[in-house]
Amino acid sequence: MLNYTTKEIKERSALVVNPAKTCQPIGAMYAALGINKCLPHSHGSQGCCSYHRMHLTRHFRDPIVASTSSFTEGACVFGGKSNLSKGLETVFELYNPDIVAVNTTCLSETIGDDLTEIIKSTNLPEDKVVIYANTPSYVGSHVTGFSNMTKAMVSHLAKKERDVPSNTINIIPGYVEPSDMGEIRRMLKLLDIPSIMFPDTSGVVNAPNKGKYEMYPEGGVTIEELKATGDSKATVALGSFSSKEAAYELEKRFDIPPHILKLPIGIKATDEFLMSLLSLTGDVFIPEELEIERGQLLDVMIDVHHHYHGKKVALFGDPDIMIALTEFVIDLGMIPKYVITGTPGKEFERTIKGMFEKADLKECVVKAEADLMTLHQLIKNESVDLLIGNTYGKYIARAEDIPLVRVGFPILDRVGHSYFPTVGYKGALRLIEKISTAILDKYDETCPEEDFELVM
Amino acid sequence: MSKNPIILEERKSFVLSNQKKQESIIDCEKDSVSGAVSQRACVYCGARVVLNPVTDAIHLIHGPIGCASYTWDIRGSLSSDNENYRNSYSTDLREEDIIFGGEKRLEAAIDEIMESKSPKVIFVYATCVVGVIGDDLKAISKKKSQEYNIKVIPVQSSGFAGNKKDGYKAACHALLELMGPKEEKEKDYFEINYLGDFNLAGEAWIIRNYLSEIGVKVNVTVTGDATCEAIEKAGNAHLNMVQCAGSMTYLAKQMQLKYNIPFEQVSFFGVTDTAKSLEKIALLSGDKKIIERAQNFVREQVETANIELKKYLERLKGKKVAIYVGGGFKAISLIKQFEDMGIRSVVVGTQTGKEEEYKKIKELTEEGTIILDDTNPSELEYFLRKTKADILVGGVKERPLAHKLGVAFIDHNHERKHPLCGFVGAVNFAKEVDLTVNSPVWSFIEKKGGEAYVYEEEFYTLERQSL
Ligand code: SF4
Ligand code: SF4
Repeated sequence: MLNYTTKEIKERSALVVNPAKTCQPIGAMYAALGINKCLPHSHGSQGCCSYHRMHLTRHFRDPIVASTSSFTEGACVFGGKSNLSKGLETVFELYNPDIVAVNTTCLSETIGDDLTEIIKSTNLPEDKVVIYANTPSYVGSHVTGFSNMTKAMVSHLAKKERDVPSNTINIIPGYVEPSDMGEIRRMLKLLDIPSIMFPDTSGVVNAPNKGKYEMYPEGGVTIEELKATGDSKATVALGSFSSKEAAYELEKRFDIPPHILKLPIGIKATDEFLMSLLSLTGDVFIPEELEIERGQLLDVMIDVHHHYHGKKVALFGDPDIMIALTEFVIDLGMIPKYVITGTPGKEFERTIKGMFEKADLKECVVKAEADLMTLHQLIKNESVDLLIGNTYGKYIARAEDIPLVRVGFPILDRVGHSYFPTVGYKGALRLIEKISTAILDKYDETCPEEDFELVM
Repeated sequence: MSKNPIILEERKSFVLSNQKKQESIIDCEKDSVSGAVSQRACVYCGARVVLNPVTDAIHLIHGPIGCASYTWDIRGSLSSDNENYRNSYSTDLREEDIIFGGEKRLEAAIDEIMESKSPKVIFVYATCVVGVIGDDLKAISKKKSQEYNIKVIPVQSSGFAGNKKDGYKAACHALLELMGPKEEKEKDYFEINYLGDFNLAGEAWIIRNYLSEIGVKVNVTVTGDATCEAIEKAGNAHLNMVQCAGSMTYLAKQMQLKYNIPFEQVSFFGVTDTAKSLEKIALLSGDKKIIERAQNFVREQVETANIELKKYLERLKGKKVAIYVGGGFKAISLIKQFEDMGIRSVVVGTQTGKEEEYKKIKELTEEGTIILDDTNPSELEYFLRKTKADILVGGVKERPLAHKLGVAFIDHNHERKHPLCGFVGAVNFAKEVDLTVNSPVWSFIEKKGGEAYVYEEEFYTLERQSL
């Protein structure tokens, strides 16, 4: 299908071909699912909500439920106030969530509905909570939507109830898989650090099959926990694009110091993550279990470094994941030839460029607010050995005959991402397995008979 | 378990239990209740699914990025040559465009397309936001058509302006705009258009082959595997054959007015319907040779298909199915197809079914069958358990719901991987149902039946005034 892509690259300013991003509400919806007993509500027309649910459903292969204000033409003329008020009443009556997280869509944003006012004037059951975020899809991307809803959790719920901060650390895991959130929690437990992680979609969108349908699976951060984030002693925000806003909000309101780190993908970022946590608690020792995991990772890295060293790789996807992954592939001795994100942001280009410079990588390209057509054209001009990105990369992979390692969002054609983490030492080990396997499989398929070997 | 009612007061008239003795009607063709978890989509979605299979057109989505992202190549329709339609083009509107209008950006986007490609046709789809900020799609399309001497066709598909059905209509208008004048010369052969097949998993090819076997020529398939040039010549056929009624009846009616082409409803789902439809078309040709060839062809095919199907009948007999699909017509043909396999339909619902279709559904199903319009996951869950269905037929969002309940699932929508139409499709379908419903995986799930439910049952025999 991409056989028509031309080699010649023309600058485009108005046209996006094959996007490497999507819109805010879906990110907000995903974040909202990370609250226990929460029903996301989309304030706009049915279509958006239906698409967001469909896309999340395809990625997680779990039922993703969200309600919608079901805008019609009337709402566009007179505003969506009655739709939202009525909608919220219906939601509580029918689905009985503890909390509803409302996101806007381009439509409700454009007609200028004032969520604060509408929700204030709606008759809500006493013990129920409604939070909301403005998520116009013509700003930012799905990552921005995730960030906005995460921030809304703080601005609507966090409270300061103690004079002295608690021992707890707030952890904002970023726009990652439920498996990653679970892994981050496991590491915190091993470090014996009391924490509140939000959002937390593990157990929600990768819920076990119990032979029944649960609209609100057990996982997710609770409302009580979200309230208590105002009493914590520090916030660790992973992935600047998806998490820092909520951390800053906690700082602004309650003076809780924010620590903005990379997503702990790869050995270096995981080291940094753990060391930062230790510096917060004043501890000096890493628990043995994590020491062992790191040692095993290192052992594999040494054993098979020749599999991937010097190989050129193209990476595309969400900025936070790309930043951490780029660092990791550089540490593996690979050359991150192209690093592309669809999400706008000069900060992204600066950060990656800094990595290129530090590693003395001269001819690597980074682009924010780019699309996959651009990436494909770059590859046409100079090919790579490996692609790392979401499922949409398979078009380029096929057209150019390059193996694809699936990482990021969305993954629509493989399983495992919601169950096996990418973060932490375990995640890094899994990434190496995938990268190395992809490269060797390709080699086995294409090498001449005399180079075909049993042991590699 | 929630203590709340499963079915909202406002929704009760959309749910019906089939009581043969009483004349009952179901509420349908209405807007969803705000706050309900509707499975419905929007106008844009309707337009996109119908037009997208036009292979060599550029489909440019004018709006913020999401609308284009979510519809990027999810249709599953195949092409015999050009694959341009599988790319995703968008103007990716930004905040300044929302404030100052997106017309400039749209023009620039068309310019940028023309810099690297030479399409004959660009469909420009309006999304919600474009409808609200009031970009003049028509004027820009006209201007650009003249500038490049191609067809730039606006598709008025702002999401909020109705529902999926209105999107079908918007697509039909765009198609009509593409169709050129009728050629005046008489033909000495019988030629039809095949409307409402999107060539999912190559289905349009199968039907094309059948028709060629009996001596009927297909002028153009709308829109599966169609090129713009083929659609331009649609006015030349003798007859329009309509498969997907929901999306294409409107187009057929308009073509009757414009080109004086009559139309007929057909269905190629299931052995019986396929056989009937082929014979019907043969009769309409009025050509003795075609009629004879059709009879022979159908006889042979039915025989082979039945031998194949027999293998599955034993394994499928007595199972119960719940159907929840987009349109009423598909639901009807599925009920019949399942009946052929000895499978009883215990729940039948649609997103956008019409009143007469619901009447037909009532006629075809047994006493007590649950009939639903625009249902939501909680209702579906409730009825799946209540009726102890073994299989659910539905779309993307229903799959994991069924799986969580230990119910086998069949996708009869965009994600079908094998053709389900025609004689071969009927066999594939049985094979697929068997493959899933008889998988050993279900033995690991403890089915909890309906025991957790102790709701009031009054809606269950809900009755309304007759028409
Ligand atoms: S914004 Fe409008 S057109 Fe786009 S998906 Fe949503 S409802 Fe449909
Ligand atoms: S971009 Fe806007 S209109 Fe389109 S799906 Fe996203 S929220 Fe809806």
